[in-house]
Formats: sequence, C-alpha cells, structure tokens
Amino acid sequence: MTEMVHGAVPVRTVDPILPRWWRTIDVWSMSCILLLFAIGLLLGLAASPPLAARNGLDPFYYVSRQAFFGILSLGVMFGVSMMTPQLVRRLAVLGFLGAFVALALLPVFGTDFGKGAVRWYSFGFASVQPSEFLKPGFVVVAAWFMAAGLEPSGPPGRLWSFALAVTIVLFLALQPDFGQAALVLFSWGVMYFVGGAPMFLLLGLAGAVAAAGTLAYNSSEHFARRIDGFLSAEVDPTTQLGYATNAIREGGFFGVGVGEGQVKWSLPDAHTDFIIAVAAEEYGLVCVLVIIMLYATITVRSLMRLMKERDIFIRLAGTGLACAFGVQAIINMGVAVRLLPAKGMTLPFVSYGGSSVIASGIALGMLLAFTRTRPQGGIGDILLRRGR
Amino acid sequence: MIRRPLRPLARILKARERGENPDAIERENLRLRHEEARDRSRSRAEGRLLVLGAAFALVFGTVGLRMAAMAGAPAEEPRATAGGNPIIAQRADITDRKGRVLATNLDTYALYAQPPQMVDPVRSARELAAIFPELDEEELLEDFTGPRKFLWIRKQISPEQRQAVHDIGDPGLLFGPREMRIYPNGPVAAHILGGASYGREGVSSAEVIGVAGVERRFDAYLRDPANEGAPLQLSLDLSVQAAVEEVLAGGMNLLNARGAAAVLMEADSGEIVAMASLPDFDPNNRPRPLTQGSPADSPLFNRMVQGVYELGSVFKIFTVAQGLEMGLVKPSTMIDTKGPMTWGRFRIRDFHDYGPELSVTDVIVESSNIGTSRIALMFGAEKQREFLDKLGMLEPTEVEMVEAPTGKPLLPAQWSEISTMTISYGHGLSVSPLHLAAGYATLANGGLKVTPTLLHDAARGPGERVVSEETAAASRAMLRAVVSRGTASLGDVEGYEVGGKTGTADKPRENGGGYYDDKVIATFAGMFPALDPKYVFVVTFDEPVETTGSIPRRTAGWTAVPVAAEMIRRTAPLLGLRPQVEGAPEQGISLAAN
Repeated sequence: MTEMVHGAVPVRTVDPILPRWWRTIDVWSMSCILLLFAIGLLLGLAASPPLAARNGLDPFYYVSRQAFFGILSLGVMFGVSMMTPQLVRRLAVLGFLGAFVALALLPVFGTDFGKGAVRWYSFGFASVQPSEFLKPGFVVVAAWFMAAGLEPSGPPGRLWSFALAVTIVLFLALQPDFGQAALVLFSWGVMYFVGGAPMFLLLGLAGAVAAAGTLAYNSSEHFARRIDGFLSAEVDPTTQLGYATNAIREGGFFGVGVGEGQVKWSLPDAHTDFIIAVAAEEYGLVCVLVIIMLYATITVRSLMRLMKERDIFIRLAGTGLACAFGVQAIINMGVAVRLLPAKGMTLPFVSYGGSSVIASGIALGMLLAFTRTRPQGGIGDILLRRGR
Repeated sequence: MIRRPLRPLARILKARERGENPDAIERENLRLRHEEARDRSRSRAEGRLLVLGAAFALVFGTVGLRMAAMAGAPAEEPRATAGGNPIIAQRADITDRKGRVLATNLDTYALYAQPPQMVDPVRSARELAAIFPELDEEELLEDFTGPRKFLWIRKQISPEQRQAVHDIGDPGLLFGPREMRIYPNGPVAAHILGGASYGREGVSSAEVIGVAGVERRFDAYLRDPANEGAPLQLSLDLSVQAAVEEVLAGGMNLLNARGAAAVLMEADSGEIVAMASLPDFDPNNRPRPLTQGSPADSPLFNRMVQGVYELGSVFKIFTVAQGLEMGLVKPSTMIDTKGPMTWGRFRIRDFHDYGPELSVTDVIVESSNIGTSRIALMFGAEKQREFLDKLGMLEPTEVEMVEAPTGKPLLPAQWSEISTMTISYGHGLSVSPLHLAAGYATLANGGLKVTPTLLHDAARGPGERVVSEETAAASRAMLRAVVSRGTASLGDVEGYEVGGKTGTADKPRENGGGYYDDKVIATFAGMFPALDPKYVFVVTFDEPVETTGSIPRRTAGWTAVPVAAEMIRRTAPLLGLRPQVEGAPEQGISLAAN
C-alpha cells in the first residue's frame, strides 16, 4: 500500500562502489604497493640529500617532491582500480594514442637534458617521459588486438599488435632508449606466450638465441671479452657498479645504520638506478629481501589471480602489466648484483622520478582493476557441464 | 577434423516446421563455439601463467640469493686489478738492429706547488731557490703568496733534489710521478731518434709524445698499449753509427767544414745501418729551433734527409748508366770531350782539358762534364727525367722520419736541353744525400729500385727493375776504376775493393746569381766491395777545405774521400766483412788431387 502511495523505494541494482571495490580488489597486492611506496620514501630520505646538496637545494627537496608525486600517483592508482575493465580499456587506448603522438613528436619538441638521448618533454617545474606512459597503454592496446584476434572470425590481432610493438621499438631505439624498447618487446612476448604462441615457435626461438649466442661468443673476440668481463669476479671499483658492489658488501645483513651510508655520496644515480645499493648499505640484506619479496608478491599473485580469469583481454592485459612491472624491478636489481650487464632502469615506485612514479601508479591501477575478483561462470561449469 | 556447420540443415528444417526462427540456432552454435574456444584457451593460458609465475618467483629468488651472497661476503678493499691484462702506460723502447737500447724511459717526479696548502711560503721559496739555482726566490714567493692555486715548479727532478725538497717539509710542495724519455747514447743517432716531450700533463701522470724523427713518426705505435711494450727495432747498428759519427766529426774538424753528413746503407734492402748529420745535438736536451737565419744552420737540421743540394759529379754515373741501358754507348765508346763546349750562350768546361776524346769509362774516371753532357744529349730531356724519376730522385724519400717530406728535390722550372746537360753532371737538380745513396744502391744491387728504410726486417718485396744486371755491373766497374786509378784514389781501402764517384759542386749563392768560387759541397758516394756490393755509402761535406798543401784544396778527392776511406776502414770489420787478401790462395799452391 505504502509503495502504491509513495512510489517504490529506489532499489540499487548494483553494489555500492566502495564496498564492492574493497571486496573484489586484491588487498595483498595493494598493501604491497603501499609498502613499496613507503620504502621508496624512506630510501629517498637516505639517497637524495647528497643530490640536493650538490644542486644547492633544501636537503629534503627531492623527498617532498617524491611524496607529492607519490600521493598523486596513489590517487590515480585507486581511481583507475575502481574502473571497470571496459572503461580502463577505453581510457588506455585514448591515453596510448596521446602518448604515441608525444613519443613521435619527441625529436621535434623533446629535450635530452644533456644526456645524449632525447626522451623528455620539459615543462619547467617537471619533465615528462612519454615512453613511461606509453608502456601500460601499449600493453592494453596489444591485449585488445590479441583478444580480438582470438575470437572466431576476428581480425588478425596478433599481427597488428606485433606491428605496433615493432613501430614503438623503432621509435624508442631512435632516441635511443634500448632499455624501454626491450621492455616493450618483452611485454609483447609475454602476452603472445600466454595468448597461445605455438610451442614449436618458442622452442625454435630459444634454440636460435642459444645458437646465436654461442656462435657470437666463439667467433667474436670483442663479444667474448665483454661477456668474460661481465662474468669475471673482479669489478673495477671506480665504476658505478664497483661502488654498488662495495656498498652491498659494506651493508652486510643488517646494514651500517640509518644515514651512515657512504655510497650515496659517490654515485650520481644513487636516487634512481642504484637506489637498491643505498638500501643494501644502510638497511642491509633484510631490507633488500623485503623489497624483493614485495615485488615478487605483486607479480606472482597477479599472475595467479589471472589464471582464473576467463576473459581473454583481461588475462592478456593483466599479464603484460604484471610482467613489465616485475621485469623492470628484476633488471634494476639484477644490475646492482651483477646478474645482468649494466643498463639504466628505474626501480618502479621506489626510484625517484615524478613521471615515472605516476606512470607506475597508472599501470598498477590498471593491474589492480584487471585482477579484481569477477564472476567467472564457475557455477555454470559445475552445473552445466554439458557432455560435449 | 570434422567441420560442424553453424546451421545444420536437419535442425533448421525442424525449427521451420515448428515455426521458430532458424537464426537462433546459428547464434546458439556460435555461442557454444565461442565458449569452447574460450575454455580451451583458458586452460592453456592457465598452464602458461603458472610457468610464468614460477619463472618470476625463481628469478626474484635468484636476485635475493645473489644479494645475500654479496652481503655475506666480507667487505674488502676494492683492488684495481684486471687479471691477464697488463697495464702498459710506458712508451715503448727503441732499439737498434741488435736490440741495443737507443731510447728508453726513466721514472722520475715532477714538482708542483699548491700555495693554499703551504705552511711557510717564505722559507719554502728560499729553500727551493737554494736547491734549484735557476729558480728565482722573489718570483717563487710572489707565486706562493699570490692568488694562484696551483703551479708547476719543475717538470723533472733528480732523486737527490726530490729528497731535498721533501726535507723542506712543506705540505704545499707535492710530487707527481713522471716518466722521462732518456737516450742513453747521448747525441748518437740524434737526428734519427728526434726527441720527445710532454703532451697533456696531469698531477698523477703525463703523456710522453715524440716531437721529431722516428719518435714522432712512430708515436702512435710507441704509445699503443696493444703492443705490450714491444720495442721498436730500427735498422741502425749502434756501434757502426757511433764509429761513423766519430770519423765524420773528426773529418769535419780537420777540414773546417760547416757541416757534414754520412749514410751507410744495405745495398739490397735499403736498410740504413748508420746515418749521421753534423752538427748534431743531444736529444735528451733538445735545443730550440732557430728563430732567425736559415734553419739549415740549426743543429736540428738533418742534412742527410732534409737538406737538398746540387751534389755535382756523383750524378755522372746515372747519366752513363742510362746511356748504357738504352744501348747508346758502351764502356769503350769514344766520346768527344773537346772543350769548352758551347751551347747557346752557355759554355761547359772541364776541370782540366782531357784532350779531344775519352772512352765512356774514362769520362767517369776523369769526371768530364763535357763527356756526360754529350751522352745526355743522346737521349734528351724527357728520357732523362723518366729515368731519374724511376730512381726516385724526383720525389721526397720515404724514409720513416717526419722530416722526410721536407727533403723535396728541387727540379728545374723548365727541363730544357741545357738543364739536361747540367743535370748530367749533377747541377740544376737538388736532391738529398739520401736520394743519392738510394740511387747508388740501385746500381750496387744489380738494378733494382731501393727505398731507404729505418726499420729492421721490414717485410718488403724487391723494388722494380730500373736498369739491367749488365748495366749495373758495367757501372760498378767504372766506379771501381774511379777509385783504383781516378779522382778517388785516396779511397782505395785495401781488401775492401771500394768503388765510388767524387763530386765537388760549387755552392750556389744564397741571394741568387751564380755560384761561389771558394765554397763547395764535396761528396763521395760509393759502395763496397765493388764486385758484389753489400753496402753503399755517401759522405758529404759542406764547405770543406784541406790546407795541408801549399794551396787550399777543396775537391772531394782531397776532402770527402779520405774521410770515407777511414769510415770504411773502421766500420767494415764491425759489419762483419772480411778483407780480401788478393792473390794469396793461388800463389805456390797447385791442386794436387781431385
């Protein structure tokens, strides 16, 4: 009766946003990300004052900047993680187009900051590296193409995505920025692998790489010397690597103590590429293992959650984002422990850098959005197992 | 694989019968097919994601383990060593053909000051002035108390001086390690070695760079660490070089000459065994280049390589060799030598009047200008130029010294017939004595072109043929006759069968316009042993005069020849040549049995 008089009580057909978000998001990964951000600020407190002193700035200038950008980035990340995968895809495609145009126009408007590679746009108060934003956008677009290609009577999506990857790699190689180029290629490769690359192609590729490496090692003395130099136990102590190695040894298991580290005074890239060395020296192996654990948790957990995902696009995009994130961390730390040859690559979310941290926020926001718990038709599997 | 149609006819017909839309069947089939593909791809992706996750866990684990291994290693002082890759900061040594050191390095120190760190500048300046007498105390004090933050005091100091400076005890006086280039033989082979000085200088080290001679020419090689300190081996023989220089200096002294030069070269390979130019200098303390006057008066000037002169009658043998080679004359052909010979407004005279005609051999033996002019006219300017070019007389020598390109021959502006005639006896074309030696080496080795070289065992093929074996042999016989019965009789060293040709050329006046009457370039060029020459030599004096007789004598026969003879006497045993004792084996011995 009441309803007839006053009209029906408005019924909410969907859950309220926040509770649903909290219920479906991967809280573990999100906590890890927040912890990483906190550790990044802590290490920034240790690593950046020497740089600020060199540039004649307030000692914690870089820390406060990092905190500002970091909080901005966390906001972006939460915002993105609340979106539906479809909305994420739409925005990411638009973002990708913008970033791609920006990348293509770099040679015209970009600046190299005297470092020899034109990778940045300078806006006075901050600088932006378009390739940082391009990466997550590319992953989403490539996943979209591949997923479309896997539909019955879909377009040749794998081919399109491969062409896209090669185009971007060429643009990046022109800058030159081989690190990012390799990362783009790697994330495409991972998506292709998960999206069902033929097994014999993978085996053939692995065999070809091994054969080419052996051939190069045996035939080129230069190449062999590079590899031997990288494999040899000795390290020239005057290089960045030498300082980093020494810092890790100095730190030992529990570190030399807060603010007692020396390596940050001698390494020009202590606040970016070699921040793990600063962590190892001041806080010791314990801190480094915690950082590694956090990265591993985010990457592996995301991959495990994606195993249950039955939407092809979400699975591929999530895989690409998680692997790009994990590999970037591995490369950065692998260089410091001399598992990999020297290559400048930031430690995502921990290294200093405004555009880098915001781009990481966007990427991780997308990842969180893709790894949210969704109905996967499991009940249908149980009830409707049709005897096909 | 069985293709299942999306619209199976049987079901479509049934549906039509029931009045249903058959498109629903197609949509249903499409949906089923899509689900099937999705499930298949998901189960595959599940496995691959698991592999990927495991791989990431493994790699993260590896990084962690590696980090633990590094953190667990004891922190040790990093050492700047690279195994198996020796650091060669040194400039390589230079040695002679037998490995005797011509140039090497010595560790020493440079002294510099950092005035801001000085404790007592007044005392330091006083004490330094006492240790180094050439330093001025006032100037030092001004530098030490002025605004300068850094100054070099001495580029090189001795160990005693270093100790004395150390004893001053001022922390603002500092030493930088240095390597200095040292030439242990002093002025021996000075022009060839050249010298070295410092290039870029830092506190902890300095570059040593060559400034002249082979030091400059082979600078890149000597500094190349890839050679791992392997010395640069020259073709010189230190003992022969020293003997040549000693004899030449003695001769220059006796003859009051302004300068002298000599070279001794292997006839076959062109390797220079000894090469000297006087006056010389000590490369350990290289003098500054002259700022005024002729650079040829500087001791730095290498008369052998850089100096080009009209060398006179020594050139006659080339004219005759060309005549022989072209078949125009034979050694016995008689040549008209009636003088003076008039050609246009020029008159060509001989030193003496040699009568109406001489054989070609005697034209060389008596050194007749008219005779060679007549032979040269037989083949003409074009052929003469071609022949001298083939001998290498028209281009700078390619000997391995930076100075070599400056010894560029001076050619007549127009190679006229009169030029042809004067060049036939060595006037009107200026070449370096080294060019001459290379030309004589061609005749000595049987007719192959020779490029002079300072490198020992330089891998080089035989030069191109310039004259035939027969021509070369005939020329050698004439040169031998010059020594045995001609103008160079003082050069007949017993047992060594010297062959050669003298040349006494009037010096052209510096300001142009004719020649001096009393200034000559006296040259003796030759080879030994003449029948199968191993070595060629050139000895040349600038303005020599021999005054033992009643009138001053300037001809090469009295000046260059005796010095060359002494040189051969001294060096031939050093070179390992046995003197030939003529006729000894045959006398009184008869072959008794077969």
